[in-house]
Order: sequence, then structure tokens, then C-alpha cells
Amino acid sequence: MSSMEEPAPPEPEISHDDDLFTPGHRACAGCGPALAMRYITETTGENTIISHATGCMEVVSSPYPESSWGVSWIHDVFANAPGVGSGVEAAYRAFDAKEGFEEYENHDDVNFVVIGGDGATFDIGMRSLSGMMERGHDILYIAYDNEAYMNTGIQRSSATPFGAATTTSPPGEESFGNDTNKKNMPAIAAAHGCEYVATASIAYPTDFKKKIETALEHDGPKYIQVSAPCMLGWEFDSAETVNVAKLGVQTGMQPLYEIEHGEVTNVMSLSERKPVDEYLEKQGRFSHLFAKEDGDEVIEEIQAFIDEQAAELGLDQ
Amino acid sequence: MGEQVMLKGDRAVAHSVLSTQPDVVSAYPITPQTGIVEKLSQMKADGDLRGEYLKVDSEFNAASSCIGASAAGARVFSATSSQGLKLMSEPLFTASGMRLPLVLAVANRSLSGPLSIWNDHTDAFAERDGGMIQFFAEDVQEAVDNVLMAYRVAEDPDISLPALANLDGYILTHVKEPVEIPTEEETNAFLPKREPHATLDPKNPKTMGAFARPEHWTETRYAVHDALRRSADVIGETVEAFADQFGREYGLEYGGLVQTYGDEDADVAILGLGSIVGTMRDVVADHPTSVKIVKPRVIRPYPVEALREALAGVESVGVLTKEVSPGHQSTLASELKSAMYGSGHNPTIQSYVLGLAGRDVTKAEIADIVDEVAAAASSGPSKTFVGEEDWPQLDRDILPNEVTN
Repeated sequence: MSSMEEPAPPEPEISHDDDLFTPGHRACAGCGPALAMRYITETTGENTIISHATGCMEVVSSPYPESSWGVSWIHDVFANAPGVGSGVEAAYRAFDAKEGFEEYENHDDVNFVVIGGDGATFDIGMRSLSGMMERGHDILYIAYDNEAYMNTGIQRSSATPFGAATTTSPPGEESFGNDTNKKNMPAIAAAHGCEYVATASIAYPTDFKKKIETALEHDGPKYIQVSAPCMLGWEFDSAETVNVAKLGVQTGMQPLYEIEHGEVTNVMSLSERKPVDEYLEKQGRFSHLFAKEDGDEVIEEIQAFIDEQAAELGLDQ
Repeated sequence: MGEQVMLKGDRAVAHSVLSTQPDVVSAYPITPQTGIVEKLSQMKADGDLRGEYLKVDSEFNAASSCIGASAAGARVFSATSSQGLKLMSEPLFTASGMRLPLVLAVANRSLSGPLSIWNDHTDAFAERDGGMIQFFAEDVQEAVDNVLMAYRVAEDPDISLPALANLDGYILTHVKEPVEIPTEEETNAFLPKREPHATLDPKNPKTMGAFARPEHWTETRYAVHDALRRSADVIGETVEAFADQFGREYGLEYGGLVQTYGDEDADVAILGLGSIVGTMRDVVADHPTSVKIVKPRVIRPYPVEALREALAGVESVGVLTKEVSPGHQSTLASELKSAMYGSGHNPTIQSYVLGLAGRDVTKAEIADIVDEVAAAASSGPSKTFVGEEDWPQLDRDILPNEVTN
């Protein structure tokens, strides 16, 4: 591994001013997704109901009889958070339509939010998410993407990038790690007719929060995918989470953009896109690419994938 | 009240559901249930069903959205069969754990494979341990009435569990019978508005579906077990209230859990679930032997005391059942044996697996079973175990050609 740079100071925008996702949860020190949870509740506020898929953020936040959630929150199973959220939203529509049902008021301003990790979103819960989007529920879906099944011990998901080592895509004599590229979920969400789709990163909290606000202005389904590095699964120092996330954006590995009414807009362009090595070398999950003979060819493939994606998005200034 | 109309079972059940005006109906088509949700769709299209109707992507998300809606405090309904019930199974187990009332009509159908769309009870028994109340109906009227009773028990704040209102696929869903359909006014008088103990209210935040470590899980599971056992009393009160208001009685002398027909003092009894009881009644009416028919109305809660009472003077029981637990025996029979153990009364219990995947059960076959059961009445308790179970309809000629060989 190459020499590590001095960690940059954290973004000044990070705030700790709400009690809707409270400390004391069981997330690892340096957990990227836990930052994402805080940014979500800070933005949606208390008038929110969350349906949460099984996964790291669910497990760390809700060990009975304790809970980190200051908003109404439900977890059912791994694959059905969008289905459960659909039912919650439909129930409130039904209550509001009832004549003379005075104990309920109008719930137009309630933020219905579904949260799932990449495994819940890209893989096991995709049918449920597809149904939620297709039926047009007024729900914001937020996928926190740490690029593998971290809760069960770092297994490969369809969000795992090419070349990454996981416990089910290990490098070996005949393997360079994961042999597929990340599934393009934002495009799939947009193809469902979501008026608003965006990618975000925990390294850019102001941008992430602004996107949540924008999403909530739209009626109907909307999708945000936030890159949230996992220090354990990606194998980096827990002080480096934000820096690794930032490098993901700066190398074009995690491009930030919006898709409004099916059109890609507001691409966060890069004046000087960094080579992907700078991102890969910080993470143990890619270390075999630097150690292995012909590993450089895999890195070139990753770079080529990023270049192609950058060209499509118009990422470079 | 009291006016009968000719309706197909699936349509009749839909009318019964309409009278409860669920806030959210969420369903996915599957044969032979589909007629129920087709009719509800039309009711929604005509403005008669005032709640939301979700046309979901799968039974998995039908159950999931019912869970979300129930957690928000809604009255919910879905319907399914067979593979669809299997697909609901994962979330349904959590509904009982979270103590969320849902009512599902299940048009019973065999489980693959091989694929079959016809009736038996393998789907319902596969969900036996999910913490759900399970009603069975002998005819269309009972299926209609069970929907109302299922809601009243499931939504009782002291019970708060999912409930399945089973009705035999095709045999009840696709037959027209004269039925009385409750009006919305009548149902409102019988079924109180749901008053959940907690909801997903933004103004009063709750965490639902937390995970439990070993120091809490046992108690959570026991609470479900206890609520399901206590639901037996609530069913009894509900059946009584139903009889008072609607004039139809479902086993009041056995707490609404079991019904009996025929000679109360008979030495011989046959026991069955659902529509097969109608055929059993026809057979017994013409049979020279004096026979008592025992019909459990529920399999969960399991009516131990009611069955012990119903079989108190009986020497020999034949269990006619449309399911088997492969590698053991039919569950209906093994649970009856378990219920009699320690009761001080030990009748012969013989089990007959029949009517699987829609194989017709004839009156002649049932008459033969009655003869066998009657013959066993004088021979004392059976000493054999697996050998007691008979598959009277098994065609041994074609067996060698099946995939087992």
C-alpha cells in the first residue's frame, strides 16, 4: 500500500443538532452509513415515517428495548421495506379520505421514507422496490450503498464494484475478486418513471441533504443512492471514512448527479478527475490488485469503466 | 337481515369483506382465490369500497403492505391460495410477532410440486406455526360469516394477531349457494372500529420491529403463544355475539371452536375440516351406524378442551384429512392424538388421508371409512402407530410410474 496522506479535516457542514437518530447505537467507529442516517433525519425532520430493510443500520439502531430513532420507524424483513412503506402510505391516504374520521388530520406533509442497504435495494428487495415505484407511492427511497452485504460479513452484492474482494468474491489463483460491474440502479429507478433520482455521498452532506429536500418536493416515488463507505468491509482506517468517500467522488467512481423526469441533470463535474488508483490503494479490498501479477490490467479495466461512465455523464469539466 | 341471495363463494366473501370497509386491500391474483379480489376491484371501481386498493407485484408485497398499513392503524384485507400463501409466509410470521392484525381469506389449494390448482389443506397447515388464527368453513355462509368473526377476534386489542379465514378452493369459491350477506350497518354493529395499541404516528414516534436478543426473544414468542391460546375465549364470545345478532350458530356448546352433528351419544365419530363435512353429513344421514360428526372450526388456536368434550363418549374416531406431514402422518390426526393424551379417555384414532389436490371424495368412500371406524370401536385402542394411517384413494397401480421410482 502506498503512503497515506494526512487525513483532511471533516466537512464543516456536519451538524449534530437533532435527536432523531441518536448516539448510542452499535455502529462501528467510522461508519459511513450511520452518517447517512443522521443526514436523512436531520433533513426529513420529525414529521417522518421510515420503513427500514434488514441490514447494518437496522440492526445497530434497534436492539430491543432500545432505539436510536426519534421518528416513527418500522422494520419487517430484508426484502420488503418498500412493500411495508407502501402499506403505511396507503393507510394514511385512506385515513385522509375518510369522511368524519376526525382523529386523523391531513397527512399530506408526512414524509414517507424507505431505507435499505445495497443488498436490500439492488438484490433481494428489488421486486418490492419496483412495485413501490411502479404504483406511484409518495415515498422517498434512500439506498445507502456500501457495496456489499456488510451485516452478514462482507459478501458480494450486485452493487460490489469490479475487482473488489469480498468473502464471496475473494481473489485467488484464478480470481481478481468480483467479476461484475455495479448494477445501474439509478437508471432502473428512472426507468420506472421516478420524477426525481439522485446519487449522493456522505462526503458531501450539504449536497446530500439538498437532494433529500428536492426529492421531498416531488409527489410520487423518488430514489436517492448515497455512497456510504464501510471501514470494515472496504478495509481502511476508521478515521478515513469521509476521505475515502470523497476520493470515490473525485475519481469518478461515485459520480454525483440527478435524474429529473428521466434526464440526467446537475452532474457535479470535476475540474481534475483523479486516477482511480488513488481511491483503490486506500482500501484493503483492492490491495490484491496492487500485489498480484497482472493486477494492473484489472485496474486499467476499472479506469476504463470509469472513463466511459464519465464520458456518458459529462463528468469532466 | 335474513334475505338470501344466490352467490358464488368468492363473490360472497368479497361482499362480506366490503361490509367491513377495510382501509387497505392489497392483493395479487392466484387461482382459485382470484374471484375474491376481482370482485373487490369492481367494488373499488364502483366507489363502493372506500378504502385504498393496492394492486401489488406479488403476494410477498401484498402481505408486506398489509403489515405496513396495519402498523399505521388500518383495517386491512388480502386473499390468497397455495403458492401465494407460501410467498406471504415470511412476512406473515412477523405480523404475529409484531402483533399486527390482518385478515386474509385463503382459498385452500395444494402446494407444488407437482403443480396443482385444486383443493386440499396443505397450504394452511404449512403456515400452522406462524402465530395466526386459522378458521375453516364448511359452506359459503360459514366462509362469509368467518370473515366478520376473524376481524373481530384478530383486531381485539388483547389479541391483535393475523387471522386466516380458510375456505376450500373451487368447492366453496366456485359454487353458488344461497347466502345471507351482512350489510355495512349490521357489520358495524357487530365489529367495533379498530383501536390499535400503537401506530406509526409521526406525532408519537414508535419503533416497531426491533430486533430481540436472547434475553427478550423467548418472552416475545411466549406472548404470541399466550395471545393465540387466549383467542379461544374471544372466539367463543364472538361466536355467541354473532349468533345473537345474526341468528346463525357455530358450535356454541363447544365455545364456537368445534361443531358436532348427528347422534350426540354415538360410540363412533368421524372428524373433518371444511367442506368435506357436508359430504360426511350426507353419508351419516343414510348410514345404519350411529355416527357423530366432529368439525373443528379452527386449527389455531387448537381446540383441545372442546375436542375432548366432543369425543368424551366416543370409542373410535376416524380423521378424514386433506393434508399429510410427510415422514410422519397427517397433522390433524397427530394433533388429535396429542389432545387426547392424558385426558383419561383413549379412543381409537384412525387417520385417512384423502381428497389431496382436488381428488373427489365420494359418499361411498366415506361410508367405507365409517364401517372401518365402527369396526374398530369394539377392538380397543390401536396399538400400531404409522400403520393406523390409511390412504384410501392411493392408486398403487400407477404408483410405480411416479417420480419416486
